[in-house]
Amino acid sequence: MAEPLLSTDRLIKRFGGLLATDSVSIDVRPGEIHALIGPNGAGKTTLVGQLTGNLKPDSGTIHFAGRDVTRLPTHARVRLGLARSFQITSVLREFTALDNVALAVQAHAGHSFRFLADARRDESLRRPALQGLVEVGLAQRADTLASALSHGEQRQLEIAMALAGDPSLMLLDEPMAGMGAEESQRLIGFLRGFKGKRAMLLIEHDMDAVFQLADRITVLVYGRAIASGTPEEIRANPDVRQAYLGEEDSPPPSYGGGREGEGDAKDL
Amino acid sequence: MMAALRTPRGLITVLLLLILAVLPLLTQAFDQRYLLSIGTRIVIWAIAAISLNMILGYGGMVSFGHAMFFGIGGYAVGILAHHGIASGWIQWPVGIVAAALWAAVIGALSLRTRGLYFIMITLAFAQLVYYLGAGLEAYGGDDGLNISRSRFAGLLDLRDKASFYWLCFALLCGILWFCSRFANSRFGLVIRGAKSNDLRMTALGFPVFRYRLAAFVLSGAFGGLAGILLANEGAYISPAMMSWVKSGDLIVIVVLGGMGTLFGPLYGAIAFFALEESMTPLLDLGRKGWGEYWQIVFGPMLVLVALYAKGGIDSLFGRRHG
Repeated sequence: MAEPLLSTDRLIKRFGGLLATDSVSIDVRPGEIHALIGPNGAGKTTLVGQLTGNLKPDSGTIHFAGRDVTRLPTHARVRLGLARSFQITSVLREFTALDNVALAVQAHAGHSFRFLADARRDESLRRPALQGLVEVGLAQRADTLASALSHGEQRQLEIAMALAGDPSLMLLDEPMAGMGAEESQRLIGFLRGFKGKRAMLLIEHDMDAVFQLADRITVLVYGRAIASGTPEEIRANPDVRQAYLGEEDSPPPSYGGGREGEGDAKDL
Repeated sequence: MMAALRTPRGLITVLLLLILAVLPLLTQAFDQRYLLSIGTRIVIWAIAAISLNMILGYGGMVSFGHAMFFGIGGYAVGILAHHGIASGWIQWPVGIVAAALWAAVIGALSLRTRGLYFIMITLAFAQLVYYLGAGLEAYGGDDGLNISRSRFAGLLDLRDKASFYWLCFALLCGILWFCSRFANSRFGLVIRGAKSNDLRMTALGFPVFRYRLAAFVLSGAFGGLAGILLANEGAYISPAMMSWVKSGDLIVIVVLGGMGTLFGPLYGAIAFFALEESMTPLLDLGRKGWGEYWQIVFGPMLVLVALYAKGGIDSLFGRRHG
């Protein structure tokens, strides 16, 4: 088995009396899509916050790309190849879509202590940025202000920004949130194209998406990882059914074999 | 350049710069020397306002202590002059470097805070410098100090009002040019991006704090330059040049002219001084000393700008491109 790209070891985070992250040890292997699911308040966002460096864990360690990054600030982790998208859409609203992605490219193109040259005419930033927009299907909206994009388009823009640095791991915090069924399905197809190439930690409420995409699933309940395994194992796990899936109105969707086939075809 | 003339904004800006460029000739022709001294102050304050706009307008950092850089630049000139070091080649770099270093120190401390806390902490540092200046009994304390102007032997005589004005104007043009490049440079976009959404910029991989600090230092250095010019303009330094009222005036000028726009601070400075100069005698018609309170008129105007022209004077000239 490959060395994990990201691993946490007994991570603990407390907010006052609340144990938001209770000794969580998870890992993401290179190229795999690892989904993190759990009911509201399970501590998913808190866990992501610690992975990105926005929150400091009270104890435990985080290793990424062979390094202990527990004490590393956010921007330094991003430089190592850990990108994220936000649960609540977070784009630079006063900038165009192309500017947004160009800034993401710029973040990975050395330091930005350059005061005179016009960055908006810098082909080394604009070309890859436009390519990124083409990839997520937003090229025709390149010169639109991010604030004028539809919600779904802003989500796509987020993905383009996360991809700009060619990250080895993407933390996708509810990428389908607020998307229509059709848009979600398109995004699922798009993300599936990265299977085996880019690792993803996917936090998602949309069980359809999770069971279609994930190689492995970890279930978080009250800050604890109660189960971890393949989608089949998770589906069969009685604790999970009890604690989480049982709360759903409908049982988790059956595994769409046909769709899986489509995704594989795209890979080849 | 020719393209700029086709828009009302471009036309107004070019005309304004042309008038400013020949101001000494105009004031001489019409025998209005006093106007040249107002023009000089406008240009110097515009430089300071542009330097504040770099962090406030582009970077969203509301520094309420920017006049402290007036003081640091001014006192560097004054103190050196007082000790017989009259050469501008020494005074000016010392003043600019001192302002930059001080900006680095207080920036490193204050940029860890946001919003209201940042406003208050910059104000606190400015007050610290103010009282330090007031306590320097050797250099006049509260009363300040008359100084001789910086010497640039053989090159330029700053006692000549027109030469001094043109020097200030040339520096203004240089800073405007720099700012026009800065705004769309990689650095400028990082600063502006962080104003828009600093969490996002951090998540993209930018060490936002470092860029903000660099912008703060740059802004402080230009502010120090304005202080050097101000001390030379009046041949006088005093703590009053860095009182919190002056810091407030600078913010007002930037907001009035248009935050985050290239020429906004210049428009703001012109409007500010034009109002002060016209309102003061108008209110004083009754000879009751009301002129002092010219801001009674100015205040409501500012409220109107805040309510109806959020982009300041700059936004009155039509939409901006880019």
